[in-house]
Amino acid sequence: MKIEVSDLQFTYPTGVQALQGIALSIESGEQVAIVGQNGAGKTTLVKHFNGLLQPTSGRVLIGDWNAREHSVARLAKRVGYVFQNPDEQLFSRNVGIEVAFGPRNLGFSDDQVQALVNDALAMTELSDKTETNPYDLSAAWRKMVALASIIAMNTDIVIFDEPTTGQDAVNVRRIANVIKILRERGRTVITITHDIDFCAENFDRVIALSQGKILLDGKASEVLGQEEILATTYVDPPQLTRLGKRLGLKETVRNQEEFLDGL
Amino acid sequence: MAIVNLSNVTYKYPLTDSPALQNISLQVEEGEFVAVIGPNGAGKSTLCYTLAGFVPHFFKGELTGTVEVDGKDLHKATLNDWVLNVGLAFQNPFNQISGAKYTVFEELAFGLENIGIPPQEMKTRVHEAMKLTGISDLADRSPYSLSGGQQQRVALTSILVMQPRVLVLDEPTSQMDPIGTREVFGVIRTMAERGMTVILVEHKVEWIAQFADRVIALHEGQLLLEGTPSQVLTSDLLPEKGFGISRYTSVAREAQKRGLWKEEKLPVTLDEAVDGFIPLSPRMRGQG
Repeated sequence: MKIEVSDLQFTYPTGVQALQGIALSIESGEQVAIVGQNGAGKTTLVKHFNGLLQPTSGRVLIGDWNAREHSVARLAKRVGYVFQNPDEQLFSRNVGIEVAFGPRNLGFSDDQVQALVNDALAMTELSDKTETNPYDLSAAWRKMVALASIIAMNTDIVIFDEPTTGQDAVNVRRIANVIKILRERGRTVITITHDIDFCAENFDRVIALSQGKILLDGKASEVLGQEEILATTYVDPPQLTRLGKRLGLKETVRNQEEFLDGL
Repeated sequence: MAIVNLSNVTYKYPLTDSPALQNISLQVEEGEFVAVIGPNGAGKSTLCYTLAGFVPHFFKGELTGTVEVDGKDLHKATLNDWVLNVGLAFQNPFNQISGAKYTVFEELAFGLENIGIPPQEMKTRVHEAMKLTGISDLADRSPYSLSGGQQQRVALTSILVMQPRVLVLDEPTSQMDPIGTREVFGVIRTMAERGMTVILVEHKVEWIAQFADRVIALHEGQLLLEGTPSQVLTSDLLPEKGFGISRYTSVAREAQKRGLWKEEKLPVTLDEAVDGFIPLSPRMRGQG
């Protein structure tokens, strides 16, 4: 399902012009990372994809739907949104009920709900925790519950807001694996992140925002090499990209294999 | 002389069976900058709570062993006295904002009001602290209208303004962009150079390597490793036990297996990696 944003402007009631003319399109099945400094407009932008915010002017199309003309509840059939802080979205007494809440609300049959829940729990390695209260789990596992509860809604588009914040290396790998599975299933994944190494290792396309505008938009290997431009939105290139540059490697490298091959 | 002294500290939260901290002994010198690393569930936040006196005075539970700051014993102290020496910035800044104040300026003065600092000194201290952390322009904003990164700066500033002798920080930059992170690390380093003792929980190892004097690695409530940043952060044990490590370290370890990394020590920072890899680079082989 395609996302098409044209001349999107958004001004908060406080007068802050958070988005100042965004135009972009994201094809079905793309894996896109959105980077940029605090206050660049990253979260404001993605909140237009599921209707949490409505454009001050301009248009957001989700497939053939104009986001403005559909409620958040209806857009939830097409766009899943995982909040940065899992505690803002978890409320049920156990993990199984929590994860079933979304698909049940979307009107799936009991059998379908069960199948979606089982699948989402397996993907997030939570199958042994269905009876546990989410708040008895560590913050890392609560994050996985938040992911599972959105994945179970079986939407074509999934948005993650800062999925790796406060996560250890093991959990970052789990999250990367979830993204990989969604990619294999042809889902669109959009992720806001400050973790530029995670971005380099898991995304094909990178959009850099700065002060409500698109600064760079392209293949990860092209965008992440633009050290001077990225610096204007407070983004450092990935560690291995910087190392490759300092060593004079010709190609922009994004991960360990590319670096060692480039040597 | 060590200002922080933990000896055989074991702690269990109420209603739990296994200890969150197990037999931890640790001395920290005045003005030292110590970083604490560990996977989720290693006991990092519990260690912060213990240093700050919330364990056991707020969380209750069962604490054994000795916790001393500036020669005072935590078991005998009250939390009111303890917080004058030790300041803690929480992992989630939202949990720290009082909810009782309308502006960032008032929020920052809140702790000073509570300990009876005269108004003129209060204003001076708040202004100085805001300048240090780069939030002077947020003075009149509501603490709740801020972004996560801005809230983290306010949380840090609200502790700095109290001028504690020991500063305990639980992932103070988790919601910040890289430049924000660099600035905050610079502020923390400055405080350590002025004689404040810093104990910092952090996942961003490249920064730790550049700024900390010493690194402690916690794993499942126990002290796994302790040493200089370079010693600890390049240990083979870290990836085995689920710690995050610098990409420079992991790529050099892989290169070492292929005979491409000749240095004795593995790198943690960009400069160290450049130094080790430079003989192999196209630039040195005349192709760059």
